[in-house]
Amino acid sequence: MSGNGDGHKYKVVLGYGTCGIAAGATAVKDALEEAVKGGDYDVDLDIAGCMGLCFTEPVVEIFDREGGSVIYGDITAKKVPQLLDEHVGKGQVIEDWVVKRSEDPNACEGDFLSNQLRIVLRNCGKINPESIEEYMEIGGYEAAKKALTSMTPEEVIDEVSASGIRGRGGAGFPTGTKWGFARKSPGDEKYLICNADEGDPGAFMDRSVLEGDPHTVLEGMILAGFAIGARQGYIYCRAEYPLALKRLDIAIEECHQKGFLGEGIFGTDWSFDVKVKKGAGAFVCGEETAMMASIEGQRGMPKPRPPFPANSGLWGKPTNINNVETFAAIPWIIYEGGEKYAAIGTEKSKGTKVFCLAGKVRRTGLAEVPMGYTLRQVIFDVGGGIAGGREFKAVQMGGPSGGCLPASKLDTQVDYDQITAAGAIIGSGGMIVADNRTCMVDLARYFLSFTQDESCGKCTPCRIGTKRMLEILERICEGKGEPEDIDKLQNLAADISAASLCALGGTAPNPVLTTLRYFKDEYEDHIFNHKCAAGSCPALITLSIDPETCTGCGACVKVCPTDAITGEKKEPHVIDEEACIRCKMCLSRCPSESIIAE
Amino acid sequence: MEMIKVEIDGQACEAPKGSTILDIAKANGVDIPTLCYDPRLSPYGACRLCLVEVEGARALLPACYAQADDGMVIQTTNEKLERIRKTLVELLVSDHPMECQGCSKSGRCELQKLADKYGIKESTFAGEVHEYDLLRENPFVMRDYNKCIMCGRCIRICREVQGVGVYDFINRGFKAVPGTPYDKPMQETPCEFCGQCISTCPTGAITARPYEDRGRVAALDMLRNACAYFKMPEDDMMKALGLEGWVTRTTCAYCGCGCQLDLHVIDNKVVEVTSPLMVGAGQGNLCVKGRFGYEFIGSDQRLTKPLVRKRGKLVEAEWDDALKLVAKKLKEAKKKTGPDSVAVLSSARATNEDNYLIQKFTRAVVGTNNVDHCARL
Repeated sequence: MSGNGDGHKYKVVLGYGTCGIAAGATAVKDALEEAVKGGDYDVDLDIAGCMGLCFTEPVVEIFDREGGSVIYGDITAKKVPQLLDEHVGKGQVIEDWVVKRSEDPNACEGDFLSNQLRIVLRNCGKINPESIEEYMEIGGYEAAKKALTSMTPEEVIDEVSASGIRGRGGAGFPTGTKWGFARKSPGDEKYLICNADEGDPGAFMDRSVLEGDPHTVLEGMILAGFAIGARQGYIYCRAEYPLALKRLDIAIEECHQKGFLGEGIFGTDWSFDVKVKKGAGAFVCGEETAMMASIEGQRGMPKPRPPFPANSGLWGKPTNINNVETFAAIPWIIYEGGEKYAAIGTEKSKGTKVFCLAGKVRRTGLAEVPMGYTLRQVIFDVGGGIAGGREFKAVQMGGPSGGCLPASKLDTQVDYDQITAAGAIIGSGGMIVADNRTCMVDLARYFLSFTQDESCGKCTPCRIGTKRMLEILERICEGKGEPEDIDKLQNLAADISAASLCALGGTAPNPVLTTLRYFKDEYEDHIFNHKCAAGSCPALITLSIDPETCTGCGACVKVCPTDAITGEKKEPHVIDEEACIRCKMCLSRCPSESIIAE
Repeated sequence: MEMIKVEIDGQACEAPKGSTILDIAKANGVDIPTLCYDPRLSPYGACRLCLVEVEGARALLPACYAQADDGMVIQTTNEKLERIRKTLVELLVSDHPMECQGCSKSGRCELQKLADKYGIKESTFAGEVHEYDLLRENPFVMRDYNKCIMCGRCIRICREVQGVGVYDFINRGFKAVPGTPYDKPMQETPCEFCGQCISTCPTGAITARPYEDRGRVAALDMLRNACAYFKMPEDDMMKALGLEGWVTRTTCAYCGCGCQLDLHVIDNKVVEVTSPLMVGAGQGNLCVKGRFGYEFIGSDQRLTKPLVRKRGKLVEAEWDDALKLVAKKLKEAKKKTGPDSVAVLSSARATNEDNYLIQKFTRAVVGTNNVDHCARL
């Protein structure tokens, strides 16, 4: 699917990232290609990466010649003929399907995008990620060209330092300082690694950037390689991201053809190349020392630091590791200047951060906002509040290493220090929103089961400690908690945090610690009253049907795996408590929300 | 050599640059508990027992791994560190069969010693425990991963010292465990059965089989259990029982390397061979022959007297007579057909000194250069 040159009245761009494909974009793509084959429409077709509108995929954006555009959401193959007939054929916008119109950017769901400030995602969803020409048309590789031909490596580092950008992978270490260490570290052979082993549950910004704008990441790496003096770069990308890997391969090949990667790039005598290393699915390989072990061909297990990678990294050589999102911001910083980046954000957290909105928020997707936005702005202004009009309960930030913040912390600014002070971390930027049906004990249990599964098993506190914490939480969720369990959890958490070898273990207790800090009453309710107020833990709830609101539609009867629900058509139904296994399938299906879990 | 100065628990210490905190502590008589540490191996930092507090450091540092910097102020023990160590031992014990009485490692088990030190008989953390099958598929190495504490010492010694690499970790999280490739029996791997993994295993997870089915090993276990129970060093216990000299330090006679052996003897029979750590040429390392090749000592087929052939039959003789006969025959041969009609082949099992003497004898006394050594073959 590619454009056949200028001159057509409209350009139809399909969001074709993994998220769009999962929602059915391939069928839409086939339908679009089929429909325009006859030449009946004055239109160009193109694909782009993910626009970040997860809540309404597949997404199609139609541009006119004047630069105006309309974004349509929830497009299916069936809708394609009507879309082309009305919009392209007759020039009529189909109002019901519109997500955003350039003429009125805040209308419909447009405020999801207009409330954002996109630097990292500046090209995602706008250009064809499989075409270096499209990237270059909008200024791509200008920053690299500028740096390599007119700047010294130190000047590049100074510019990055001036921007104030901090590592977006989670730890938030100042990028310029890190590059400075690697630059100054003695040695002729140095390595650069791009960490694309995104693994936090609920984080998908790195995938979206790699799928939507791989050249930005490569350009950022070229700049970093030049700055620190590395001639070889690696992208460590998980094998679960096949589309990102494919587009990276295409992009690297295009760069070789253009002379942007390889020997003597951009006409200078500087050489830099990039290899892609596929990760085999271990979460811990996102930890830098484990990642380097994996690249070296060993089992991905972390090593104690010091020595730090800047002194002794990959194959014992000075190595610099940054995250995808960090690299993606670098070309913008070099092109526009560090000062311009530093003008955005708070005193100690500069620029923008991409968050992945997931969970019970109404509009899920990618939200890139300036540092200093409040959580309320991100979740309500961008995310559109809680799905189904329910009550906000908490937001889990930073994945399994992060923490849960309650409603009282909604006015906390998105800023490394403020979020940390509140008990969570910015981390990689996952935001999982919980409503009042989410049990916080169960949420903590989920994250701990994740870290326990993904622990490499090397150090004692992480391998056995998180297992014992998990067992206590499982017990509490089953209503078998004991009064001393809360103290036990707290003590164990403190020792695991202090004694673990790497950050995976060191931060694993965080979800438990923050839920204990803000939702201790829920733990106590489980332990002392054997109640789960959120109606979530199967062992502690009973399901019943509100006879006042039940319409007798029978939707629940159809999904009940144990035939525990009975009732006449159009009459209130009842649940047989004995037969019910509390799977809550009925709860998710009931259109009138008549199922009560308590 | 550049020296650095550090302070450990208030004690001023000096050490060569590049020393780890643990090196310096050991050299200065400060005891830091360890489990994954073995001086023969690269540092690992996994068990976390050796964590120490360093002034100004962001986190606790593993003493076995962290190199000391000049001016470092180090605390190896305080309330927080001891609490963490106790928790770690409790966690290890929570997934360890604490049936020390029946374990051949009892008395020498590093986990048992730490559990004693922290007064832990059973863990307060109840939960899942591993139930692996006992692996005894080969005649040398027995593996009981229920007792494994994941210190990685078997993996490292096999890779770093032997250069073989039979083991690595498999699985993740609580299920992580050392294993052979595809869980193959050890005889189907490149294993040399040197038993180095046995020598480094801090618990009873990897033990030696060759002597296990002899009654004497049971006696040895019993003695060790008694030692553990009375918290008495093994030597003292043996002395008290009138079994003095039960461990004999000797040099391995298999080749000229000179590895030191400790022969564990009960009732005048060798029941186990170990090698003292960081002593002698081997530094505690042994090969398959040194560790397991000692059954011959007590064999009834072993030659204890020289044999002389008389009328086609080998007959026992006295050393003097046998040596006289050899000397006579050598003289005769030399006289009759010249010194070059004599050749001497010596043995790799003799010491360097003995081999030197035999070549001197051949050249100076017999008068020929026809001398060689079995190691050439």
